[in-house]
Parts: sequence; C-alpha cells; structure tokens
Amino acid sequence: MTQISLTVDGTQVTDDVEPRMLLVQYLREKLGKTGTVIGCDTSNCGACTVHLDGRSVKSCNVLAVQADGHEVTTIEGLARNGELHPVQEAFRECHGLQCGFCTPGMIMQSVDLLNENPHPTEAEVRVGLEGNLCRCTGYHNIVKSVLYAAEHSGEKAGVQ
Amino acid sequence: MTATAEAPAATEIGKDRRRKEDQRLLTGRTRWTDNLTLPGMLHLAMVRSPHAHATIASIDTSAARNATNVVAVVTGQDIADTQGVMINAWPITPDQKAPAHPPMAVDRVAFAGEVVAVVIARSAAEARDAAELVDVQFDELPAVLDLQEAAKDTVLAHPDLETNKSAFWRFDSAEAGTGGNVDEAIEKARADGIVIEREIDQQRLIPAFMEPRSVVVDPTGEQITIWSSTQIPHIVRFALDATTGVAESKIRVVAPDVGGGFGGKLAVTPEEWITFAVARRVQKPVKYTETRSESLQSAHHGRAQHQRLTLAATKDGRVTGLKVELIADLGAYVALVGGGIPLLGAFMYNAIYKFPAYRFDCQTVFTNKTFTDAYRGAGRPEATYAVERLMDELASKVGVDPLEIRQRNWITHEEFPFTTVAGMTYDSGNYEAATAKAKEMFGYDDLRAEQRQRRDAGDRVQLGIGVSTFTEMCGLAPSRVLGSLDYGAGGWDHAGIRMLATGKVEVVVGVSPHGQGHETAFSQIVADRLGVAFDDVEVLHGDTQISHKGMDTYGSRSLVVGAEAVVRAADKVIEKAKPIAAHLLEANVDDVEFAAGRFGVKGTDQGMGIADVALATFAAHNYPEGIEPNIDAESTYDPVNFSFPHGTHLCAMEVDTETGQTTMRRYVCVDDIGTIINPLIVGGQVHGGLVQGIAQALWEEAVYDESGTLVSGSFVDYLLPTSADTISFETGHTTSPSSYTMLGTKGVGEAGTIASTPAVVNAIVDALRHLGVNDVRMPCTPERVWKAIHSAGSGGATEGAAMPHFDEAEPGQPSTEGAGQ
Repeated sequence: MTQISLTVDGTQVTDDVEPRMLLVQYLREKLGKTGTVIGCDTSNCGACTVHLDGRSVKSCNVLAVQADGHEVTTIEGLARNGELHPVQEAFRECHGLQCGFCTPGMIMQSVDLLNENPHPTEAEVRVGLEGNLCRCTGYHNIVKSVLYAAEHSGEKAGVQ
Repeated sequence: MTATAEAPAATEIGKDRRRKEDQRLLTGRTRWTDNLTLPGMLHLAMVRSPHAHATIASIDTSAARNATNVVAVVTGQDIADTQGVMINAWPITPDQKAPAHPPMAVDRVAFAGEVVAVVIARSAAEARDAAELVDVQFDELPAVLDLQEAAKDTVLAHPDLETNKSAFWRFDSAEAGTGGNVDEAIEKARADGIVIEREIDQQRLIPAFMEPRSVVVDPTGEQITIWSSTQIPHIVRFALDATTGVAESKIRVVAPDVGGGFGGKLAVTPEEWITFAVARRVQKPVKYTETRSESLQSAHHGRAQHQRLTLAATKDGRVTGLKVELIADLGAYVALVGGGIPLLGAFMYNAIYKFPAYRFDCQTVFTNKTFTDAYRGAGRPEATYAVERLMDELASKVGVDPLEIRQRNWITHEEFPFTTVAGMTYDSGNYEAATAKAKEMFGYDDLRAEQRQRRDAGDRVQLGIGVSTFTEMCGLAPSRVLGSLDYGAGGWDHAGIRMLATGKVEVVVGVSPHGQGHETAFSQIVADRLGVAFDDVEVLHGDTQISHKGMDTYGSRSLVVGAEAVVRAADKVIEKAKPIAAHLLEANVDDVEFAAGRFGVKGTDQGMGIADVALATFAAHNYPEGIEPNIDAESTYDPVNFSFPHGTHLCAMEVDTETGQTTMRRYVCVDDIGTIINPLIVGGQVHGGLVQGIAQALWEEAVYDESGTLVSGSFVDYLLPTSADTISFETGHTTSPSSYTMLGTKGVGEAGTIASTPAVVNAIVDALRHLGVNDVRMPCTPERVWKAIHSAGSGGATEGAAMPHFDEAEPGQPSTEGAGQ
C-alpha cells in the first residue's frame, strides 16, 4: 500500500492504495465518485476522462499513485454553485447525450478541447473528440454541442 | 369552487423540449448498476472457455480458493441443479432443435467465452486475480465456425443434436394466398425479362453499448433484488421464476440507469443467472461487472446471415418476383429471441414495392460462436439491405436512374391502405413526398451532373450516389400475431397514472428506457392529455416493484405501444374524475366536459382543474355515492397492427480509385415516422441510428480466427466509428400519421440503422459502376474497394474476413473468387 494525497473536485483526500490501482478505480471505489465511468479496458473509449491539473486524461490510463500531489477534476466537480458549466449546458441545449454513459468523459474532453482552442471548426472538434466513443448520438449533436458552447460562451467555454 | 389558473394549451406534443433526464447525466449523478455498493457485497469474476468447442475434463479450483480474500469458487457442477437455464422465447417451428443452454457450462462448452467457473471475492480485483488461478482442463472438439459450412453438417456444433440445422421456416405468397408463385415468375423472367441473383453476407456485428453489462443481486431481503443493466426487467423477472423455481413474487428486478442497449440488452444473460445463483448460495449481495473484452466476446452478437436472393422483373424493370433463401447463424445457442430475428425481416424484403410473388426460406444453424440475437433493426436491416441493393442492380440493368426504378415499383400514396405480398397491411405513407423532399435537400440533379463530369474527366476520386427508400415494421407487436408466429409472450404494454393530492402526476410505464428520453416524451404526452404542466409529470419505470407490468423496450415500441397505454390511462383518469367533478360542481355529469386540464359545466363559467379534483378525491370528504374515492387509472394496450415508418435516404460517397479509401460527403434523409412528439429526441435517434448502419457498411465486423477465437475482441480491433470518422447529417420529415395509434406515431428507434447501410454501399458501387464493379462486400474496407476495382474489371465481391487486412498474394492480382454476377 502506498499513501497518496491529492485534491479531487476541490476536496483534499488522503488514502492508502495498492500501487496497481488505477485512478478511475480510486475515484469510483474509494471516493464514490461514480460519475466517472469505465467503458472499456484498452483506453479506447474515453468514458473515464477527467482532468489532471487542468488537462484531460483517461483515468484508466493513470495510476492512482501518479495523481499523488496533483489536482483532479471529475464531471462531478464541473458545475459550480449549482450552475452547469457552459459545456454541460450546451450538451443539454443541443441534445448531445442520450444514454449518458459516455457523457462525463465526452464533456471533460470537450472542456479541454475548448481550453486549447476556444473557437474550433467542426473538423477540429471531430478530431479533438476522436478518443471518446459514443454509441447513441452518432456524434452529430455532440459536435453541435461543442460548437454551441464555443459560440455562446466565447473564451469562457473552457474555463473551469 | 375555486377557479384554476389557466391550464396550458395542448402544445407540448411537437415541442423540442430539453430532456428531463439530462441534469443528472450531465453532472455525474448517475445510477449505473456498477455504481451500486451494498454492505458486505462480494464481487464475481468469470472464468471463461478459451476454446470454441471442448469438453471440460476437470476443474481444479484449489489455488483460487486459497487466494487472498476469496470467499468461494463455484463451477457448473456445483450449481447444475439450481442455476436454471437460459430460455428461448421464440421457437419458430414446432420441431426446432435447440441444445440445453445452462448459464454456466457443466460438462461441455460450445463457444469461446462461455463461463465455466466463477470466483467470489471481497474485491473485484481479487476475484479477477484468483480467476487466473482456476485450472480448467479441456478436451478440444472440432468446431464449426462458418454458417454455410454449418448447414452442410460436416462438423457439428452440438454432436448430440446430430445436425446443425435448428429450424426451417418458410413464407410463400402462393401458399399464403397473398401473391403468386415465385418460381413461375423467375422462370418467366429468365425467358423474357430480367433475373438478378445475388449472394450477400450480412457480417456478424456486436451491439457494443457503451455501458458494459453489470448485475447486482441482493438476497438478504424477503424479495431477492436484482439490479441489472438490461432493456427487459419484466422479462428477466418472469424468466428467473420460470427457470430457477424462485417465485416471481419473491423477485424484484431493477433496471436503473442503463447505458445503451440497441438490442444488446434485450437479453436474459448467463451472467445474470450465474450471479443470481451465487447470491442465493452465499446469501450475500454480489456484483458482477463485465470487462469490455468479455462484453464483446460473450454478450450476444447480431446480423450473421447469408442471403441468396433472386429478383425477377420485366425488361422495363417492373418487379415480378422475389425469392429469399437465408441461412442465419444462431451461434452456439438459440438465444431469447435469436431464432426469430430473421423472421422480423421476412415481412420486409418486399419493402415498399409491389412484388406480385414472394418466397422467404430461412434455415437457422448452429455454429461454435457467440450466440446471436437482436441488434438494432433485428432482421429488418438485412431485408432492407438486400432489396435496396437489388433495386439498384435492377436500375443498372434497365439503364435508368435508381430513383426511377423505385418509382416504377413502389406503392403510390393513393393506394394506401395496401396489403403486401407478405401479408402486411401498410396503413399510411407517401413515398413520393419523402423522395421529392430528399431529392431537393440533397441537390440530387446537381450531384448527378458532378458525377458525370468526374467520370468523363476520369478523376482519381469518383463520386457515387446511394439511394435507400426503406420501410420497416415497428411497434412490436399485436399479441395475436405473435401467437400465430409461436412467440412465447404477448406484445402489449402497460401504464398507470397516479394523480397525487399535491397536483403532481406520476406516470408508471412498463417500457424500460436506456437513453431514449421516455421521461421527457411521456411527460409531454401526459401534459397535453391531462392539461397539466410538463414539470408536474414524473415518469417512473424500470423497477418491477413500481412498474409491476410491462413488456419493456425494443423494436421501436415504446412510443408506439407504451405511450398508447399512457394515453388510454390518461383518458380513464379523466373519465373517473368526471363524476367527482360533477358532484363537486353540483352539475349533471352529462353537462361536464373536460378540456385543457379543466372540468367545466357546459354553458356556464363554472369549472375546476383536474388537480383540484385530485385533491378533493384525496380528502374524500365529499364525493358521489357508489364510487371509490380514486381517480388513478391503468391501461394495458395491445396494438392492433404494426406501424410502418418509411423514408428516403440519399448518400454521396467519394471513392479514391487508387487507394480504395471512401469518404462520406453528404447524407440526407427524410423520414416519415408519423406524428413527432419531440423533434429534438427524434433527431438524436435518427443520427445515432444512421451511424450504426453506416458502421455496418464501412467498418464493423466480428471476426473469428480459424480456431474460433474472436480476434476483434476489444475496441482496438472492433471498429466503432469515432467523431472523426463521421459527418453531420441533414435530416427532414414528411408526416403521414399512423392510423393505428391514437397519437399517430410510428416509431423511430431503428429507422436510421435500417435505412443507411444500403444507402452507403449503393453509393460506393455507384461511384465505381463504370469500372465494372457491381458489388462490394461489407464492411467496405479500402482493401475490399480497391480489390473490387482491380478484380479484372468484373467487379466481383472481395473475399475473406476483414482481417488480416491484406492477402499474401501480390497486390493487383485479380480476385478469382467472389459473388460478382
């Protein structure tokens, strides 16, 4: 067991974890942050995407011990004071989700994409979300949601 | 009497309401089955067969049992008497052959991935570690993997059955009295008309819902509670009773948030049954969540059919007959409705065309592969693909535009209702209108002009236009029809409406959503029907203790069947509330009328809102003699017919003739799905459906190696499309309301998937037809497209599975095999 201390969604947490424990397992099993989900075992689907120090990572591809001393934001920490993040709002507005399973990862990736590029083209959005799989929406409304967020919240879209 | 606030006008239906479901899903406040943790809960890991066909010689569990925090290891022998059996609800013929399908194999495995033991441990990781220590000795048996080989009975998937053939089912229009003799039509066409013969492989697909299946069983209460990532909680409950001896009344099944299904969770699964058996054995809550690899390997697959097709027509392209000879791969077992899936296509091969003669022969066969069952469209995409490809080939033979050949043969809008050669009565539709609108949106004539120009110029990148004028049957299903097809259950659905004292309305539905937005759409319907606010309606579902009755969600039935029950229950609420309202208003009940949420006395301004009636009924201080103080109501609706959505889909594909690379340029679809409740949700269903159908055309295939191992067993190899692979779509609608439903809806869940596959492949073939290509096998990988172009100009279909990607033969060597005609 290794002791780790990190900040998750604004809260300082300390735990003893097995060195092999993945960050996503730590979030779900130790912290009950079940908003972040596991969709595959080959880091293809991106459903588990979170932010590590403000950049998107697939949390199935990061060991919990690697997050020691760092700051993690999950889908549960994105809305502030009961207000949806502009990207969350855009997904609702544009019907960018159906079953909602890919949604946490898709939104965390979209926020990162807009942080990097606040005014992406459709093609840039499509390439930027390539690592996140969705089976319900055909991506049409997801892409629309990200473009909507960029258009309606300007530079703020990506700001956490 | 109190005057009520002005009730909302009937405007919810048709409104693009944002979904009620979204707030939770957007913020991670979710109830996926795998999120559940119960006190003392134990975790399961399955030990699965690596062999496609083998007997189990021995299982040594001692090392696993001694591993850290392992509570027990259970084999098939241990629970042989208690685990129940996996049922087949649709034996398609009385003499259908089917092997027993135990949830956990007891002495023999019939596909790679079948469960042979389960480890129960304090954590999922420890269970999985210990599963590696279970030592199973297998004696391998010969495996049959190809469905056409299976039909020859050379190698047997189940030696005890003495054949791989499960059932043979025929529909013949001459025998049924719905049309002529197809053999005569073909003979005549051979003499003085056109005959097109094709063989098509509908490759095996994997539903690949995003949420891996998960099941939690808690045996500690009076009822055993099962949470499962399923589309069909009610059917799971029934089947557990039927097969395990635990009374249905002692079982509660909950489908909490379910992350997609697409037919893949229209299943009773071995994993559910094993988890149930283990929970009863260890008397503790247990959880099993599959990995993605397990999901791809052992959750049921779809499609997997071989079609032999013969179309007869006159010289000027009027169809005279269609013969379908189908071999359908059941995989290792007859799954819940696995045997019946091809039959859902049996009534759709004739599609929107006036075939005078038709025959459908279907032989289901066993192979040593994962069992197959419903996948979005289920039988209908295969039928639609076949006929839409054939119509394009007919157009080519006659030398007319693909839309022209369709127009020559389709049912015109004046001809509805129309009874087809397959015996179905299509109630409404307007193929001309949908096609005209699609052509306009697409800029059809301009794209044809560009295509000619590129051909003339000999451009490296050629343009093709694909057409698909599809129809489907939705709203499964009239119970009597299901009975006539030997299906084991009815096709009704159920709803209840509870009028709460506080003015809120609870709607309990028997359909069970997994992404469709039932809570939103059903709220809109009830808001209009009862004249209450959208936000005052709460839709409850997916828990057999709340929704005690239902047939669940699949086959585009939730709106077409489930919502019809909701509407009828709402009407009963109004009827029950009317005498109470009349009593309170001191009026004759015949003088009271209900409109926009208010009971009013004719010819006066007296009236009261339905919420006030609900409150007065709750208080029950003042109500008429002889009736109960209750205005809640339930309804069970059994559909009178299927519904028949249709549409015209047009696809423009660019094909690089040097590399075989294809690129989608435009996709336009105009769907007639009857009345639209929520256009936003409909749009989402269409988009998602399109991409699943496009994925069959271009990318997806479950590929097995020669020993029966699924080699596309992860998302690295099973090519789910990404955002970068796809485009934005242009969607439109025409509306011919269904005459069978009160709401006029027809169903939309499967339309995109059914329509899009042939549109894409027709476009690719259309781009290359001048090079002699007349078919490309799915998925149309660049390799296959390239080979079709270079196969000595004959345009034969490419051969072999999607992987390995290249033959050992030199590039450019003509394909000597193929289904080219």
